[in-house]
Amino acid sequence: MSQTMIAAPAQGRAGRPRTRGTLPVLILFLPPALLVFTLFVILPMGEAAWYSLYDWNGYGLPEKFIGLKNFELLYRNGAFRQALINNGLIMLVSIAIQIPLALWLATMVSHRIPGAVSFRLIFFMPYVLADVAAGLIWRFVYDGDYGLFAAIASFFNVASPYVLADKNLAIYAVLGVIVWKYFGFHMMLFIAGLQSIDKSYYEAAEMDGATRWQRFRNITLPLLAPTIRLSVFFSVIGSLQLFDMIMPLTGGGPSNSTQTMVTFLYSYGITRMKVGFGSAIGVVLFVICITLAFGYKRIFMRND
Amino acid sequence: MKFRTLFGAAIGLALSASTAMADVTVKWLHLETDPVTLSAWDDIIKQFEAAHPGVKVQTQFLENEAFKAKLPTLLQSKDAPHLFFSWAGGVLKAQAETGAIKDLTTEMQADGGKWEKSYNPASVAGLTFDDKIWAVPYKMGTVSFFYNKELFKKAGVDADKIQTWDDFLAAVKTLKDAGIVPIAGGGGEKWPLHFYWSYLAMRNGGKEAFDTAKANGGDGFKAEPFIKAGEQLKALGALEPFQPGYLGTKWPQALGAFADGKAAMILGFEATEKNQANQAADGKGLASDNLGRFAFPIVAGGAGKVTDTLGGLNAWVISKDAPKEAVEFAAFLTNVDNERLQAEKGIMIPVAIGAEDGVKDPLVAESAKQLAASTWHQNYLDQDLGPAVGRVVNDVSVEIVAGQMSPEDAAQQIQDAWELEQ
Repeated sequence: MSQTMIAAPAQGRAGRPRTRGTLPVLILFLPPALLVFTLFVILPMGEAAWYSLYDWNGYGLPEKFIGLKNFELLYRNGAFRQALINNGLIMLVSIAIQIPLALWLATMVSHRIPGAVSFRLIFFMPYVLADVAAGLIWRFVYDGDYGLFAAIASFFNVASPYVLADKNLAIYAVLGVIVWKYFGFHMMLFIAGLQSIDKSYYEAAEMDGATRWQRFRNITLPLLAPTIRLSVFFSVIGSLQLFDMIMPLTGGGPSNSTQTMVTFLYSYGITRMKVGFGSAIGVVLFVICITLAFGYKRIFMRND
Repeated sequence: MKFRTLFGAAIGLALSASTAMADVTVKWLHLETDPVTLSAWDDIIKQFEAAHPGVKVQTQFLENEAFKAKLPTLLQSKDAPHLFFSWAGGVLKAQAETGAIKDLTTEMQADGGKWEKSYNPASVAGLTFDDKIWAVPYKMGTVSFFYNKELFKKAGVDADKIQTWDDFLAAVKTLKDAGIVPIAGGGGEKWPLHFYWSYLAMRNGGKEAFDTAKANGGDGFKAEPFIKAGEQLKALGALEPFQPGYLGTKWPQALGAFADGKAAMILGFEATEKNQANQAADGKGLASDNLGRFAFPIVAGGAGKVTDTLGGLNAWVISKDAPKEAVEFAAFLTNVDNERLQAEKGIMIPVAIGAEDGVKDPLVAESAKQLAASTWHQNYLDQDLGPAVGRVVNDVSVEIVAGQMSPEDAAQQIQDAWELEQ
């Protein structure tokens, strides 16, 4: 506090009116935020990097130093490769199916037509549900004995499918739930973006005889581009973090076919009490996240 | 049920907050969901609190998986439970090595070992590492096959004739040909299938094979008995003996399938009769006289005996900074009278000497008898080998059954995980 008192007049005398008053504010407001950030973000990251060099079960202090062995094991682990592939697949589906779907629906419900608001609400509903609840609901839907799928199968008189128990199908079932769960969120982003587009562009285009597709292609898409880029960004980051919906659905199984990096971290790091190995997974995940996030921002979102 | 426990815990919390007069609160962390057990415990707590004025026992509940995942952190925090559940084995050993839990040797051996001698010696032995006793024995159990007599009769299978693994496979085939799902399996949780690999490995190699592998002798877990176990399990998997979708089925659902008569057999715990009834669609499940039980069959030429048992050993662990009342409560909970009381309710096979007569249920009594005559009792491998190796055993058991992994690869993976732990 005393520092603030001294710093302020000193700056005033130096005659730099533009920065006048910023330093005291900095000194007053930065430390709490910095402290919290350091304590709960920077420190755990550093700790994870440190633990990743040890074979440690979480009890006591890590003592058995093993260098980069955890990373080597990770590199050789087939389930981790599957998790990486799945994360990539989720990203791909988010970008190639979910976002176009959200955009299409957004263009339909953003107009002031009767019923649009209630449709918006319905489409947004899945996003409001807790991830775990959504997972449990869909586990029931997919259930081959008592679920909706079983009912449909018996209606058509075919053998009931057990999609979540089939290692070739389970991941697609999960992808379906992901698209269902999150398209509403992207749709909302797009609606907000669409509403900020000046209507006069459309009127002018209509007078010039532009078709619907031309209006979409030459007005909507370019003006919505920043929102789309943001939406893709959220999809990428969100897919890397996917965890709480997978656990109730499949728990990463069968045969690790629906593992994501975070569920892999949980089942191979935490439940096996291999905190060192788990930290190594965390470090890899962190590096991937940072690279993608900063790379994406730098390349695609430079001007936004 | 879970809600009730949580609700109870919440009320307990609220009460403990308002009754600041209580001098000591024993925090008891468990993962029990069975209403019969919980009500029995309530009575025991009331008795204990009446006999110890100023002491309160507060129960805390965590779901099984959450319990395992949270315990390491919880135990090292200020909020550590005073008394918590344990499956013994590698996890208990890891806890002991870090000094997070209390060494009970002195208390157990005081007064000429009066306390220690009140329990079945095998149970105490399973909780002893480095000549120190680390937990209070609570119950023992054994895994065996339970079958639906009606379905067996319908298919023309005689359970008494199932002596060897080949007999068992033949029975599976007969059941399948009769259009009956032979076995209810919970592949979604993996551990229900690890019983098969474990028992087969035990029947092939006997105690010696396990001792050798654990002492890093010979080929370790890549030795012949373990590979053979994989091959025999693969043969079972090839018959597709489980209900459709078993790879996604959780244990309660598997019990439900058995209870509803949708599968003829289940490889389950000593309390399967009660467990299946809890999971049945009609709330009753199979009637007692429709339920039969037989020990896991032997394998031709194997070193293991039919009297070797696989099963649990459960105990209560006291954390390092727990008040002495926690130890007193653990002793009270597991004394002859209370163990008998819990046995009478069909909850468990007691470890307190003299409480055996409490087991009234004929099927549980059969398990208890088998356990009493056990030539070698092996704790569940996913506990005994520690959480890391144990989970690998679970993983590979499912993969072998599903035909996704060769027995050799499975043995290799277990051995790799084991070596990593050394």
